[in-house]
Amino acid sequence: MKRKVILKYVVIAGALILIGQQTTLATPTAKMLAYTCAGCHGTNGASNGPAIPSLAGLSKPYLVESMESYKDGSRVSTIMDRIAKGYSKKEFELMGDFFAKQKVHKISKQKFNKASAKAGKKLHNKYCKKCHESGGTNPEDDAGQLLGNARLYLEYTFEDLTDKSRSMDKKMTKKMKKMLKKDPKASVKLIDYYSKGEK
Amino acid sequence: MSNNKHDRRNFLKIVGAGGIATTVALYTPFAIGGASKKVIIIGGGMGGATAAKYIKMMDSSVDVTLIETNRDYFTCFTSNEVLSGHRKMSQIKFGYAGLEKHGIKVVIDTVSAIDAKGKTVKTKTGKSFAYDRCVVSPGVDFKYDSVEGYNSEVAYSKIPHAWKAGPQTVMLRQQLVSMKDGGTVIIAPPVNPFRCPPGPYERASQIAYYLKKNKPKSKVLILDAKQRFSKFGLFTNGWKKHYGYGTENSIIEWVASDQGGLVERVDVKNMTLHGEFDKHKGDVINIIPAQTAGGIALATGLTDSSGWCPVQGNTFESTIHKNIHVIGDAAIASPMPKSGYAANSEAKVCAAAIVALLSGDKIPEPSYVNTCYSVIAPGDGVSVAMVYKYQNGKIVKVKGSGGLTPIEFNPKLREREVEYGYTWFNNITNDAFG
Repeated sequence: MKRKVILKYVVIAGALILIGQQTTLATPTAKMLAYTCAGCHGTNGASNGPAIPSLAGLSKPYLVESMESYKDGSRVSTIMDRIAKGYSKKEFELMGDFFAKQKVHKISKQKFNKASAKAGKKLHNKYCKKCHESGGTNPEDDAGQLLGNARLYLEYTFEDLTDKSRSMDKKMTKKMKKMLKKDPKASVKLIDYYSKGEK
Repeated sequence: MSNNKHDRRNFLKIVGAGGIATTVALYTPFAIGGASKKVIIIGGGMGGATAAKYIKMMDSSVDVTLIETNRDYFTCFTSNEVLSGHRKMSQIKFGYAGLEKHGIKVVIDTVSAIDAKGKTVKTKTGKSFAYDRCVVSPGVDFKYDSVEGYNSEVAYSKIPHAWKAGPQTVMLRQQLVSMKDGGTVIIAPPVNPFRCPPGPYERASQIAYYLKKNKPKSKVLILDAKQRFSKFGLFTNGWKKHYGYGTENSIIEWVASDQGGLVERVDVKNMTLHGEFDKHKGDVINIIPAQTAGGIALATGLTDSSGWCPVQGNTFESTIHKNIHVIGDAAIASPMPKSGYAANSEAKVCAAAIVALLSGDKIPEPSYVNTCYSVIAPGDGVSVAMVYKYQNGKIVKVKGSGGLTPIEFNPKLREREVEYGYTWFNNITNDAFG
């Protein structure tokens, strides 16, 4: 008896949905969206490199901003521009919610030069630390992950910042200029430090 | 077992929505009240392994059993790099210990039959497994009769297809290594649709690279059953750049179907392929036959007249047999291609739907992605990507998204695409097997 009543409701509701579905499209959940990233960025955004960066533990505003800049082409990319065009800002925000909740993933056992990494740490503390706390692993900074991120990604990032295919804000431009003037090999040292993956 | 409690909950959901329940049709109101959540997964490739892991990740109370014939899995993607010598078989080999750590039962056995009505799976060793939901991810099988004279025995002994990575990959590599300089390698790709659309052309590129370095007088001849192929402009441009394509000394030659590319018959003894106009003798021959869904899908009647499995795009449940889901190469998920990434993405959509169906929850709104990298030569990687959504009962491309690597050669970015491709390999295999 009860079953019949329910069935009736379901049939009516079902018909209404079929009409409704033509016009409105539901947004997938944060999890559903984020799971599609794992094929390249690793399960729950934990990449093991060598080139694709991790998304796990990333700041939400940074992720949204990155995706927006890939989408409008203002940030250089190979494939992310093509992928970013498939999503709305709301969907970027949902992805951001998901990845911000994951633990930061640091790749262990990457190649690095010991002495250079030591020098890199000093440079980081002098020029970068103010905005990139905890070796660049604090999501509160609203910046990308540095320490323990994929080495080639770090190399590409410095290359792009240097050849200006990726822009920096005023403060960072100034600091970077100052640092490179004092030590032209500072980038490699920083990359060695970040690749080491330990503070 | 009474399921009143469950009915009542769903009933309330319906009434609570005020008559115009927004998504009620997507609920499963009469799921058996959380009592049994048994999932059997058939096939431990990209699709099956990913589905098993993600069902467990989303709901650890689901009892997941994966049944796979082989103890070791060799990825078909990236196996072309074994042919060029860039990779070893051990680098494309994966096992199931990772899945077992997630609490998935792994059974090494071959499924002999699926009883869709009785919701039971039987194996060759005589075991029987009951299920509430079954995921079939069998990959492809070959239509050997697409080329007269070709068969499984020839494929395993003399003329490999190597379109499932394994012993045939090793054989093809050995044949390339022992071939004399000045020899001809023939690749005969199939008609659409087939597993990994850019694969045969990446294979030609990888073999051409090996020949250029080691046996520069040799050639790769592609006798195609098609008029065009995936990443056509990127491949042909890359071949011009690296292998002299279009010149007299080109390492690669491609013959379209209507130009005599279509292979009708193979003379195994004389290592000769016969087409409409010409015959071609090869020192090494690689026939990639036309394909269908894997055997178990055919045997269970999950396929339609196309030889592939029709499914609901938001759950991957078969439109032929209830409670059986088909994912990966075997499924008709068009416009998604038959690729490893697509199988991985489909598996997650399917896993989320199964978890919801088993609990009587709303089926989640799907989102899918495909990405596929090909390495034409060292430092020259290209890709194709697409984002998909579910709209009006169908999987559709998100307008404006996806597409190919720009045709204009940018050395910095092409080099990166190689490395991104390698990272993709590391991360996607870990996503499925880790």
